[in-house]
Amino acid sequence: MIDAATVTRIAKLARIKLGPGEAEPLVGELNGILTWIEQLGEVDTTGVEPMAAVIPNTLRWRDDVVTDGGVVAKVLANAPASEAGFFAVPKVIE
Amino acid sequence: MAELTGLTLAAMRDGLRAKAFSAGELADAHIAAVEAARPLNAFIVETPDHARAAAAAADAALAAGTAKPLSGIPLGIKDLFATEGVQTTAGSKILEGFVPQYESTVTARLFADGAGMLGKLNMDQFAMGSSNETSAFGEVVSPWRAAGSNRVLVPGGSSGGSAAAVAARLCAGATGTDTGGSIRQPAAFTGIAGIKPTYGRCSRWGVVAFASSLDQVGPMARDVRDCAILLQSMAGFDAKDATSLDVAVPDWESALTGDLRGVRVGVPREYRLDGIDPEIAAMWDAGLAWVRAAGATVVDVSLPHTKYALPAYYIIAPAEASSNLARYDGVRFGLRVDGGTGGDGGSLDAMYEATRAAGFGPEVKRRIMIGTYVLSAGFYDAYYRQAQKVRTLIARDFEAAWEVCDVLLTPTAPSAAFSPGDKADPLAMYLNDVFTVPSSLAGLPAMSIPAALTATGLPLGLQVIGRPLDEAGVLNAGFALERAAGFTTQPGRWW
Repeated sequence: MIDAATVTRIAKLARIKLGPGEAEPLVGELNGILTWIEQLGEVDTTGVEPMAAVIPNTLRWRDDVVTDGGVVAKVLANAPASEAGFFAVPKVIE
Repeated sequence: MAELTGLTLAAMRDGLRAKAFSAGELADAHIAAVEAARPLNAFIVETPDHARAAAAAADAALAAGTAKPLSGIPLGIKDLFATEGVQTTAGSKILEGFVPQYESTVTARLFADGAGMLGKLNMDQFAMGSSNETSAFGEVVSPWRAAGSNRVLVPGGSSGGSAAAVAARLCAGATGTDTGGSIRQPAAFTGIAGIKPTYGRCSRWGVVAFASSLDQVGPMARDVRDCAILLQSMAGFDAKDATSLDVAVPDWESALTGDLRGVRVGVPREYRLDGIDPEIAAMWDAGLAWVRAAGATVVDVSLPHTKYALPAYYIIAPAEASSNLARYDGVRFGLRVDGGTGGDGGSLDAMYEATRAAGFGPEVKRRIMIGTYVLSAGFYDAYYRQAQKVRTLIARDFEAAWEVCDVLLTPTAPSAAFSPGDKADPLAMYLNDVFTVPSSLAGLPAMSIPAALTATGLPLGLQVIGRPLDEAGVLNAGFALERAAGFTTQPGRWW
């Protein structure tokens, strides 16, 4: 069972800001889901490999050549902020 | 021209070639139907110019004798597909105003085959939902209503806009996507057909990612033949999707015979849940009688890990979503909200957190947080790794079933459509996908066919599940069921 402190920690890891009083309702909701999920623990999976691909498929090789690029304007077209051909973000280093 | 919107896609194709009507007339009839149906809220964006331009090109091609398979067919496109120059939101505020600079592979294939786009169809936010209630652009209203009732019903989800638009005769076909049932369940709720092909059949390139090992693209249409026609255009190898299968695409439409002689239809006993709705059970029994009449033999099979499919899905899908949705950070596209003047006011981290808090809806946040938790240090083995092992067991159950049968026949959903707010508890909503999730976990082709009406006049669907890459077998069983069911009821037009 998780508590409000755990919810706050998960939200921090997921980079989702929780306002005052938002963590508490999530405690009940997430515990309801997690308790239900925990029935998986009763399945004996000894010697079972975790699934990696649903349909067998061979990863392909391709020639190591440039196939795309030179589209800076398109890449930046939807950016909330850009400067001099770069994405712009709030200052990281003082 | 209202009657043009009632035609199947195949009838439109044939009528265009016979010059019974023009592609321009067909487009105009559909554009008018879309405009008149705004109370359904099926479209987030309407693109009449796109449909008209495709129609003009189609009329020229038809006159020149160079028409392509879908020339002049107006389609609806789920808002999960990147469409060049047309806003693509995945039903979320965090992508409001996002205008892709490129076209998804599947829509590019449809347009290259001559289809036009009527607009972008509403959906559950990031395809997370089974009712369309999680859309940030308002819920889609089903065109169906129970007999003698004005109560609003959900169209199902997540491809609810697609389902409502096809059922309401706003378009003959639409794209959908299916992660745990998002094509099949809304098809069942609205009395239409829809197929999720084998994982890897259709390229995921340019489709907003939810859970990459489960997401698959497929068509939704009013009958099985139309699904086959659309899938033919949508499927095929794409080097831009690493999980795309480099296998031949058969001619699915010509394989529709309805002859099931020699076909073994499996009935998974674990799907006959305690307390199954008697109307669902009756439809299932009718479906078994229909496949027998078409020449099939019916065999009982066991899929012993069925009850663990939903909990495994609700670990795997949120885990993959928490990773995929990390890209919505306010930097490259979509919403940005400044961090304000809190403790770390104005910092990059504060911007990430404020953006994601404002941009994601409650269900998306819930799933990201579940996914973050099950992947976090100390819990990975207990949750995610165990779920992937259970997934292997579920896939083995199906492999064992294919030893004794060729397709499986089940109900698509455990109930008919419900009303908004009826399933306020997230777990109650998740349980609606009980029959569709296992085949998603195994990557198998599966489709829903409209099969019956409830006593109150609401549609119910039957699901056919097939072997990997046997879309032909699934479609043909669906075709036989469709012919036997004779489902012709349409929603009464109240909008």
